[in-house]
Amino acid sequence: MSGAGQALGSLNGLDGLGRADAPALRVDPRAMIVTTFLFIAVVSSFDKYDLLGLLPLVLYPVSLMALGRVSFRRIARRLLVASPFAVMIGIFNPVFDGRIIAELGPLAVSGGWISFASILVKFLLTVSAALLLVEICGFDAVCFGLGKMGVPRVLVSQLLFLKRYIHVAADEAARMVRAHALRSFRRRGMSFRVFGSLCGQLLLRSLDRAQRIYNAMISRGFSGRIHLLRERSVRGGDILFASLWIGFFLLVRLYNIPLWIGTLVLGSLA
Amino acid sequence: MSHHIVELKNLEFAYADGTPALRGVSFRIVHGESVGLVGANGAGKSTLLLHLNGCLFPVGGTVQVGDYPLTRKNVDDVRRRVGMVFQDPDDQLFMPRVFDDVAFGPLNLGLPRDEVESRVHGALRQVGADHLAERPPYKISGGEKRAAAIATVLSMSPDILVMDEPSSGLDPLSRRQLIELLRRFRHTKIIATHDLDLVLDVCERTIVLNGGRVAADGPTAEIFRDEALLMANHLEKPLRMQPLAGC
Repeated sequence: MSGAGQALGSLNGLDGLGRADAPALRVDPRAMIVTTFLFIAVVSSFDKYDLLGLLPLVLYPVSLMALGRVSFRRIARRLLVASPFAVMIGIFNPVFDGRIIAELGPLAVSGGWISFASILVKFLLTVSAALLLVEICGFDAVCFGLGKMGVPRVLVSQLLFLKRYIHVAADEAARMVRAHALRSFRRRGMSFRVFGSLCGQLLLRSLDRAQRIYNAMISRGFSGRIHLLRERSVRGGDILFASLWIGFFLLVRLYNIPLWIGTLVLGSLA
Repeated sequence: MSHHIVELKNLEFAYADGTPALRGVSFRIVHGESVGLVGANGAGKSTLLLHLNGCLFPVGGTVQVGDYPLTRKNVDDVRRRVGMVFQDPDDQLFMPRVFDDVAFGPLNLGLPRDEVESRVHGALRQVGADHLAERPPYKISGGEKRAAAIATVLSMSPDILVMDEPSSGLDPLSRRQLIELLRRFRHTKIIATHDLDLVLDVCERTIVLNGGRVAADGPTAEIFRDEALLMANHLEKPLRMQPLAGC
């Protein structure tokens, strides 16, 4: 299978756990969305040199993986795909920021290396939290949760249709590319002219399909809002889940817990 | 029962670029009739079907569905009575699960939740797809998709079923199951198709379209025996009516 095909396959698997009959962790998507967004905001708010302060936040994705029985490999594989972007953002920090700000025994560590590491840790935490949100709740449930939280209906519908039809569009593109390849013989790649024409064709076909889907929707009484029969209501357990985690995030943000533990341990040793 | 009637009088339609698609089509279909709509590519079959539930509006002539003439004002009443199954099930199944897709219409009708749930299960049972309820539509087979697409309109309890190429892309067994399913329905049925054997099995009446006009309208067996008529309309006898050769 091609790289694109594999990526689309993994998109298919995104809601595998959320859709399971008995998901390991039953939390209302809204509670998970609020918790995840606050987690991302708290992680992003740390100073670029405050690597130590970030570490306790690892507890959140690790706990979700354990409670939701999501395999580490599953998340790690996706993190690996996105990691080049984070590496590219921070790779030049050690070059431009050579100021020594920490010493690990005989090893002097520059601010650039610490900020680079901080970018990578922030990336791992935020992206894994977002992936776990979708893994545990399911992409569709997250979309409907967003809709219930006031996100515009148009945007929610767009997200749902994007996931539903990306495979259909990709299949169509793959068929066109194959048809091109079969008639290209030894010529490798695709000229800009052909590529432009292929993209245009794909757009026109997608517009046609969009019209047909819209026809199918209005034929069944669609008037701008997608209704769902099984809509969950927020329960006490969901509020408790969100409150406990948000409390923990704030605690970590306000107090440097690793430093506090370190001081405590060293104080007792002295 | 007048609400099962479909009547077209001098229906005319032209696309935005001026290309005429329908030129004065007239026919009347009464309660419980199964009608096959056949003709060459571009004869106007799909365009005609899109008029039956107000996806398109005529530029001339009238469409009457039951007690309602098709107008922008009462298009919702017309759509409630006409269940349209589109050619590509992927266009019809757009929700995350088959269950949500089948519930889509009843929920839009504002039915109570219990009623919606019973209609969904009833419709899925009718097409033998109860086991697909929780599956995402993109993960089921072509035959299953077709069954689910039919369930999405059955759940709205339509008086009239309209289908565009229902057997396209189906393997022989799925096609046979579809035919058996269609034969069981007591609805008024209008089926546009190139599958003339399906028409022979399901429809007692056939309308032949050619260049946006009705070229013939009569009992299916009679129309399919008329080789000259079939030839003139880019059709040929259903396989079952052709003499065996070389066997």
